[in-house]
Amino acid sequence: MENKKGKTFKEWLNQEHVAGYICALPFIIGFLAFMVVPMCISLYYSFCDYDILNPPVFTGLKNFQRMFTDTRWLTALRVTFYFAFVSTPLRLIFAMIVALLLFRSTKMTGVYRAMYYLPSMIGGSVAVAILWKRMFAVDGTVNILLDKVGIRGLAWLGLPSTAIWTLIILAVWQFGSSMLIFLSSLKQIPARLYEAASIDGSNKWQQFWKITLPLMTPTIFFNLVMQLINGFLAFTQCYIITQGKPLDSTLFYTVYMYQQSFEFSSTGYGAAMAWIMLAIVALITWILFATKKFWVYDGGL
Amino acid sequence: MRAKRTAGTIIYHILVLAFGLIMIYPLVWMIMSSFKETDTIFMTAANLIPTHFTLQNYLTGWKGFAGVSFARFFRNSLFISVVATIGTVISSSIVGYSFARLKFKLRPVLFAAMLVTMMLPAQVLMIPQYLWYQRLGWVNTYLPLIVPYWFAIQGFFVYLMTNFVEGIPRDLDEAAKIDGCSYYTIYTRIILPLTVPAIITASIFSFMWRWDDFLAALLYVNKTEMYPVSLALKLFCDPSSSSDYGAMFAMATLSILPALIIFFTLQRYLVEGISTSGLKG
Repeated sequence: MENKKGKTFKEWLNQEHVAGYICALPFIIGFLAFMVVPMCISLYYSFCDYDILNPPVFTGLKNFQRMFTDTRWLTALRVTFYFAFVSTPLRLIFAMIVALLLFRSTKMTGVYRAMYYLPSMIGGSVAVAILWKRMFAVDGTVNILLDKVGIRGLAWLGLPSTAIWTLIILAVWQFGSSMLIFLSSLKQIPARLYEAASIDGSNKWQQFWKITLPLMTPTIFFNLVMQLINGFLAFTQCYIITQGKPLDSTLFYTVYMYQQSFEFSSTGYGAAMAWIMLAIVALITWILFATKKFWVYDGGL
Repeated sequence: MRAKRTAGTIIYHILVLAFGLIMIYPLVWMIMSSFKETDTIFMTAANLIPTHFTLQNYLTGWKGFAGVSFARFFRNSLFISVVATIGTVISSSIVGYSFARLKFKLRPVLFAAMLVTMMLPAQVLMIPQYLWYQRLGWVNTYLPLIVPYWFAIQGFFVYLMTNFVEGIPRDLDEAAKIDGCSYYTIYTRIILPLTVPAIITASIFSFMWRWDDFLAALLYVNKTEMYPVSLALKLFCDPSSSSDYGAMFAMATLSILPALIIFFTLQRYLVEGISTSGLKG
């Protein structure tokens, strides 16, 4: 096993760059085979009329033009934006309030933290989605509880104005992971800052606005970006609880994309919708990063 | 002054506890309802504790659908989640080592690609991947739910591992190298044993995500006997099936049991995973 540089195969193998490539190999293969190749295929199909069963027919920009005249697509886009831009800030506000409450450590803190985090841990599951569907049904738990206190319930899932809110509440309910991230970031703020502020005569309220909040902005920014993207891509809850009903008032982008691709056999159109969605997510991320310099604190402590 | 502070503490605890109870109320309600007689669940919805405690819902629910019992669904879920998790952890750990320790020309490019996979959500890839797996003839098999995970496609875990390996002092590697370790034995003898906490964190998250995964199963699994639990639960919602809410809540409760067990036994790793790397629950 001698090559021309006089190294044995074993020696060749034990060079840093060779070892590097070998150890990174799973990712290199995975990235090409399960990301790059599918994306290329779908890019091609997005310019085709394709229904899985028959061979694709190239139709140019037709799929993309169709989107802008498709009123259901426009509705889905509007609903998704509404959902993401309402649920994400609410989620972060709750996460922040609870993190501030739990920051004060007592013997019960562990128990409280568990209570607030538990819903987030299982909230994405189908089990919770079917529970939610039953809770907000006309004869469901929420209406029965409201009836006990003398309030007449509504058909929460049947009215366009309330159906979306059942999904928003479900999303806000899962503020736990943001809360944990805020908590760990709160702990990193040096106590001396608060001591100095107290000596200068500031109260808790002023300390929050002048010290805590500015120093938390990098964490808030990170959470905002991640949660907004996730909000934009929600699928399971909508698919199980409302299926976009009533009157498309809860039709999420992903659900509509799924329906077009697999239920209405317009897979080429679905592929085009996936590309537009990617562009929208990228655009939102870019805009958020562009606003970063106006409100995110980037100095040291 | 003292009394005022005590009063404040009491108010604080009442407030935090009350709000916490509201948070977990839906879950407690579901678990309690699964022990009620199925036709009394909504009549007695306002009472948390069942008047007639029964396990009947678990027996009816367990029978499953179309002759396929929940034992089968749970076995399917367990198989998919465990095999995919083992793949994720092994591949992410090796790739993390290469990103954190080894210098090679394409490393910055590959690292950037990994960050892109972190930002690129599964939903965007849903249709592209479906078309590709369909070409490969993988639809109606478990392959799309398992094979990709053996190739470190979840950037989150690679990122977690890379960060963790970077935290291990390099002196250890150097010492091992002097003692005659190759780059590969440094990984198996030094890095791997020291990254056990990160491996546990990654295993927990990966297992829970695979267990809850609904979208991929919905796309690729069509035969009822191959359904994982998440997909089987959906059958309770179908208009064609009779609405046995007791059975539905019983099986839903069982389906969140693994997550609850992990939560109560390994909470420390969960909290660490989220607060240090932003892994979402």
